[in-house]
Amino acid sequence: MSTADILLWVALPYATIATFVVGTIWRYRYDKFGWTTRSSQLYERRLIRIASPLFHIGILAVLVGHVVGLVIPESWTEALGVSESLYHAMAVALGLFAGAATLVGIVLLIYRRRTVGPVFAATTRNDKTMYVFLGAAIALGLLTTLVGAGVLGEGHNYREDVSVWFRSILLFQPQPELMAEAPLSFRVHAVAGMLVFVIWPFTRLVHAFSAPLGYLFRPYVVYRDRGPHDPGSRAARPGWERIGQ
Amino acid sequence: MRVMAQVGMVMNLDKCIGCHTCSVTCKQAWTNRAGVEYVWFNNVETRPGQGYPRTYQDQAKWQGGWVLKRGKLQLRAGSRFSRLTRIFSNPVLPELSDYYEPWTYEYDTLISAPLGEHTPVARPKSLISGKPMQISWSANWDDDLGGGPELAPKDPIVMKIRDQVGDRVKMEFEQAFMFYLPRICEHCLNPSCVASCPSGAMYKRSEDGIVLVDQDACRGWRMCVTGCPYKKVYFNHRTGKAEKCTMCYPRIEVGLPTVCSETCVGRLRYIGLFLYDADRVTEAAATPDERDLYEAQLDLLLDPNDPEVVAAARRDGIAADWIEAAQRSPVYRLAKEYRVALPLHPEYRTMPMVWYIPPLSPIVDALRETGHDAEDADTLFGALSSLRIPVEYLAELFAAGDPAPVLGSLATLAAMRSYMRGRNLGGQGDPSIPESVGLTADEMYALYRLLAIAKYEDRYVIPKAHAEVGRQLEELGCALDYEGGPGQYAQPSGPFGEASGRPVPVAVENFHALKARQTAEGFVDPADTSAKVNLLNWDGRGAVPLGMPGIRRLDADADPTEGGPR
Repeated sequence: MSTADILLWVALPYATIATFVVGTIWRYRYDKFGWTTRSSQLYERRLIRIASPLFHIGILAVLVGHVVGLVIPESWTEALGVSESLYHAMAVALGLFAGAATLVGIVLLIYRRRTVGPVFAATTRNDKTMYVFLGAAIALGLLTTLVGAGVLGEGHNYREDVSVWFRSILLFQPQPELMAEAPLSFRVHAVAGMLVFVIWPFTRLVHAFSAPLGYLFRPYVVYRDRGPHDPGSRAARPGWERIGQ
Repeated sequence: MRVMAQVGMVMNLDKCIGCHTCSVTCKQAWTNRAGVEYVWFNNVETRPGQGYPRTYQDQAKWQGGWVLKRGKLQLRAGSRFSRLTRIFSNPVLPELSDYYEPWTYEYDTLISAPLGEHTPVARPKSLISGKPMQISWSANWDDDLGGGPELAPKDPIVMKIRDQVGDRVKMEFEQAFMFYLPRICEHCLNPSCVASCPSGAMYKRSEDGIVLVDQDACRGWRMCVTGCPYKKVYFNHRTGKAEKCTMCYPRIEVGLPTVCSETCVGRLRYIGLFLYDADRVTEAAATPDERDLYEAQLDLLLDPNDPEVVAAARRDGIAADWIEAAQRSPVYRLAKEYRVALPLHPEYRTMPMVWYIPPLSPIVDALRETGHDAEDADTLFGALSSLRIPVEYLAELFAAGDPAPVLGSLATLAAMRSYMRGRNLGGQGDPSIPESVGLTADEMYALYRLLAIAKYEDRYVIPKAHAEVGRQLEELGCALDYEGGPGQYAQPSGPFGEASGRPVPVAVENFHALKARQTAEGFVDPADTSAKVNLLNWDGRGAVPLGMPGIRRLDADADPTEGGPR
């Protein structure tokens, strides 16, 4: 195992996690005002009507697929009587479906971003960078699904190396040697995925954390007091807090 | 009973001349920024007309407000869950073209074009794409019935009435009926925008009922734009956050009227307090018959002179000076005591708190043109019932189609008109006229004072926010010790683009804009588009307005008097 392997499969994952967590907390504290979907629907609504749900629902399915594939050990599904081949058939079918929806969605969204004038004008450099990383991860992910299924190459059961490595990271007992031997496409996709999480807190992707599930459970009309909150947006400086609050 | 206070407004449409001063001053104060170029918290639309955004009253299309579903209130746009499933692209969000594409002009060519045969022109240029554009619509394109035969029939209310009354509506409208409708946010008692917000960022202030958007909590889901049936919540396309009329809360808090009211040349706006029973709002909004909603809404308003109400208000933490202000409230008197002010579209079930006194003048004008004595009580009363179309139109606007409240209000106004003529011509006035609308002569005279004389202190009865409650009105106190305040202001945008970082307090922003204008030696570097500029009083000094082409810096050495046309 080379130094590069240690760097990629031990150092990078922990750096990713640290950046992701600390960055998100920092962004939330520092930049609540910039924390938004920054929708461009106002400029154009026909393309987004198809592309955005396609992409978002696709990527949510992809997320579920990743959680199941990476977190749940193979022995558990086997205990449930799901054989390796059945599991992979299901995973590949759903994965291809979700991945294709996501890919078509993001391609349409990028096409819209580039061709619809006002949308392009409202696209920041930050957005463009994000699209490169996200698009790369998605495309490589789809490729990896095909490799894993044996459509390209000879097939590979990632639940015996990649998934175990993933859990080993979370358990703070990293096993980089597992990744070092995984097929190239898996390694590239894993790196691309980690990079998405590295930039995540610093892009508009943060809006994913704002999924408004609480809306289902709150009363319709929200009342708020003017006090004791200050009307301004800035908290009192240390040492200048009001007395007697 | 749970008593809450609400800052409300009444607009007397008879006095509105459609000058748009309210809109312009409001825009100057609140929406002269990038991202909200197309936004008018206050707009004045000509009726009949399509309004702004176009045909916003057509709720079958735009899905705003509430409906009753099996006796329970639900947002027209769907249940909570079904709307969440549409969060990725809101199918009923108005597009920019439904408002209008904002533009500026290429002023630069006027001074920088080379000497030539033709006079240079400033071509319109989109503020959205930055490209030259054809102007084909605006916030008040059909002002004064402009494009009347083509545009006015598409007014959703005209369409509705035509279905009921037949085709003759159109012609009669054009001949007899036009008035202006200034609109701001209604600051509803049952706000559907607040109910639509998935993030819980929109809220109604419990002290004064003003509906606001928490800019730090808004995530740009855009549901509020759909939820509001008046389309008075707007999406800032630069910051990705919702914005709306704030009822000028920083002014209201210190007892000043809103900017639109203060600058209204017709003095047609009234601001004061309502006390209402918060416990019964939902019940009132769920009144089965649309036409009973007006009465249900009036019923929510509590009599501030009733000792029981006063005691309950004290118990619920409303300060004594607020109760006293509610007792002197002009809006309560006009809405509930005289019943001349009516809510806009009560059938949306939002319990709007900006009320309108319907215009009598179109009817008076119509009478006068046909050679009648337009101030004679009998003629006027007769005209009210015979001029069906205007009344039906007003009824669709202000009473869910029920002509009775509109006729009642217009009758009171007509009675006041002829009674006061009697008094002004030297008599005592005919006491039977006030009686015919259920008022005493003194009450009628008081109404005349309130509507016609309209003294500043009678129009605006606004109690100040309580410091012990409001703590520290930071913007008014020392806004300049804001981090990055004077001297450190040159970095208005955070690392994630213009919208990021903590917002600059309004006072600091204005302070710097003014300072830049007053102290600038010459023209600012055109490349610096960071500063936000007030376009209407921009004199070429200070920063260049966004979207405007760069201004060529005058050569420092050249004597401008020698240069000739440049």
